[in-house]
Amino acid sequence: MAKHIVIVGGGLAGTIVGNGLCRQLGDELRSGEVRITMIGNSDKHLYQPGLLYLPFGRFREAELYRDQRKVLDRRVTFVIDAATNIDVENNRVTCESGKSYDYDYVVIATGSRIRPETIPGMEEGAHWFYDLDGARKMRDALRDFEGGKIVVNVNAPHKCPVAPLEITFMLHDYLKERGLKDKTEITYTYPIGRLHALEPVAHWTVPEFDKYGIKSETFFNTKEVDPAAKTITSEEGSTLPYDLLVTIPPHSGSQVILDSDLGAGGWVPTDKEKLLREGSTNVFVVGDTTNIPISKAGSTAHFEADTIIDNLASLVTEGQWARNYDGKVFCFVETGMTTGTYVWFNYTTPPNPGPPSQMLHWFKLAYNRLYWLSARGLL
Amino acid sequence: MAQRTKIDARGAFCPGPLMELIAGLKLIEVGDEIEVWSSDKGSAKDIPEWVAKVGHEMVGVESCEGYDSIVIRKAK
Repeated sequence: MAKHIVIVGGGLAGTIVGNGLCRQLGDELRSGEVRITMIGNSDKHLYQPGLLYLPFGRFREAELYRDQRKVLDRRVTFVIDAATNIDVENNRVTCESGKSYDYDYVVIATGSRIRPETIPGMEEGAHWFYDLDGARKMRDALRDFEGGKIVVNVNAPHKCPVAPLEITFMLHDYLKERGLKDKTEITYTYPIGRLHALEPVAHWTVPEFDKYGIKSETFFNTKEVDPAAKTITSEEGSTLPYDLLVTIPPHSGSQVILDSDLGAGGWVPTDKEKLLREGSTNVFVVGDTTNIPISKAGSTAHFEADTIIDNLASLVTEGQWARNYDGKVFCFVETGMTTGTYVWFNYTTPPNPGPPSQMLHWFKLAYNRLYWLSARGLL
Repeated sequence: MAQRTKIDARGAFCPGPLMELIAGLKLIEVGDEIEVWSSDKGSAKDIPEWVAKVGHEMVGVESCEGYDSIVIRKAK
């Protein structure tokens, strides 16, 4: 009987795993020894990092999307039917339609989602760019903005840890281009006692903010937003007025993880090297879905997916484990509209960002297009 | 009886032990505890500083081999 691999989630992580498995298990797929099913909830694949550019008019909405069926290898059976339960005891995934799928191996790639509704007043009073609707509204708000106080507010946990800095630098450059810089004050708030989770990035940011006149407040965890008074208040007792509030909302994992009782907050307890659900030998977890204390980012998902592909293919064909995940993460960082840098690190090597350059910004712009090769497993 | 959740943030450069703690506190009940394992030497100072600022309770800090074990009780 064919071994059945089910991938739950059609985002970047799940898609790389599906395509990579097809590449490594070509013979087994052809002979019928293996079959692969992906369970997704949309026929479109969204390039999430492109949302950063949308409020500034530097990315067209149509450029953010591809048909998932075209991104995914034809040998993967693609089902659009949101998973409602993942039963790891009985090796079965059940979907909204009521249909269920038994598996030999499952890869949980259900991702994360923004939860602005968990903070009083945030939905009504804030803008964000982490989903299409939010990015559109932020684009409209920026178009109407004629100066005043902007607060860029960061909440924990959130995915793409460099995006809050990127949006701040890009806001600065955008306002300068529009001649509004002298009429605007930007204040950046961050949950911990420095400007970024990565200490070297935080140190690098201090003089950059000074150079651009960007103010900051650390140890700021949002308690509530008052849309009428246009103020934001922290758990630590600070209140800031704003004319435009740009927030990175807190995130949680997918509802199906909560409904399946697979992990608090929707994050699945996962072995940080094997990427197996704790207590399971046939349940892989990838990308934002894990509870591993590591960046929730496309890059993390990519390198984790590569590890899972090797291990799943090796388990199916050779009956043995191939290799462990070393915690590798690589992220480009936009430091304005014309410069960029990057950070990479793993479990044992701390990050050490280099000086920003125009070339690295161009690399990032190139990657915005090369992403589709990553998703296909070619890059 | 207070429940205790463990966060093993050893070797976590990003988002790091304090950010993991802040996220973890949102998932537990008032009176429950979180034990953070951190190999970042700054955590033994940063975490108590934030806990005092926001109004939770420090239960204790213990130096172990290569890491600190820091226990916090959610107070509000």
